[in-house]
Amino acid sequence: MILIHCPYCGEDRPEVEFVYGGEAHIARPLDPSGQTDPEWESYLYIRANVRGRHHERWRHTHGCGRFFNAVRDTVTDLFETTYKAGEPRK
Amino acid sequence: MAWGYARKAVALGVDIIQNCAVTGIRRGPDGAVQGVETEKGFIAAKKVGVSAAGNTSVVMNMAGLRFPLESYPLQALVSEPVKPIFPCVVMSNTVHAYISQSDKGELVIGAGTDQYVSYSQRGALHIIEHTLAAICEIFPIFTRMRMLRSWGGIVDVTPDRSPILGKTPVPGLYVNCGWGTGGFKATPGAADLLAYTIAHDQPHRINAPFTLDRFRDGRLIDEAAAAAVAH
Repeated sequence: MILIHCPYCGEDRPEVEFVYGGEAHIARPLDPSGQTDPEWESYLYIRANVRGRHHERWRHTHGCGRFFNAVRDTVTDLFETTYKAGEPRK
Repeated sequence: MAWGYARKAVALGVDIIQNCAVTGIRRGPDGAVQGVETEKGFIAAKKVGVSAAGNTSVVMNMAGLRFPLESYPLQALVSEPVKPIFPCVVMSNTVHAYISQSDKGELVIGAGTDQYVSYSQRGALHIIEHTLAAICEIFPIFTRMRMLRSWGGIVDVTPDRSPILGKTPVPGLYVNCGWGTGGFKATPGAADLLAYTIAHDQPHRINAPFTLDRFRDGRLIDEAAAAAVAH
């Protein structure tokens, strides 16, 4: 089990307190009806699935309940950093 | 079983090069495949089939393609061997248990995937605990069994939980991926269909719906329940 630092609570907590939220910084289309099929495909389904430095969302479900972003190495599972939602990509 | 296939393939003239990673996919001016770069040198080929399981996204990136896949660790365990006690496969999606007994007498247990993308080839202990708790609850007879070993493999999961088996936007490049947490028993059939697809440059009617394009065209394959695999 990995330990995750919640940037809101300021604590390292076990993974079971959190729910993974998938790849981070995928912008929801502002004009859904104006999207082409390839644009929808890219938004809904295409994922970086990086082997290495991965930007991802987590939610501290059994803590503060808030979403935040993280950078984790997907080979070692070690977190580089976590930061609050809305902050720029690190 | 895998070694049986390997031996027969070698007898038919197939070269199997182990422990040699692909480092690049070479493409010509027209975009078509010219071959693969590997740790041991370049292999020229007009047609390339990719069966890279959990690392499919990594390999496809080498050809400039982004895929609708996410890779997760999936764990399995085997117990110490005991005499025949369990003549079937039991699976419960509700409590997430998967158990059978091998011919060697070991209980073979499948756990779930971790929740996050990872290539670490190890999974978390609480994933295993969850599955073992379910098995012990259903079959108290197994509560004193000792586990011999566990391991984690990386599985590539598609958004609709069905595989992608067919052509890619790159001429001469074919793919067999997205089998997720299932697929081992489907491997011989999938290999036959991949060979057909490569030989004819078009899919067999069986794998025709399992295209990469279905995620663009909205023709997702809604058979997660039919697959009889816990997703």
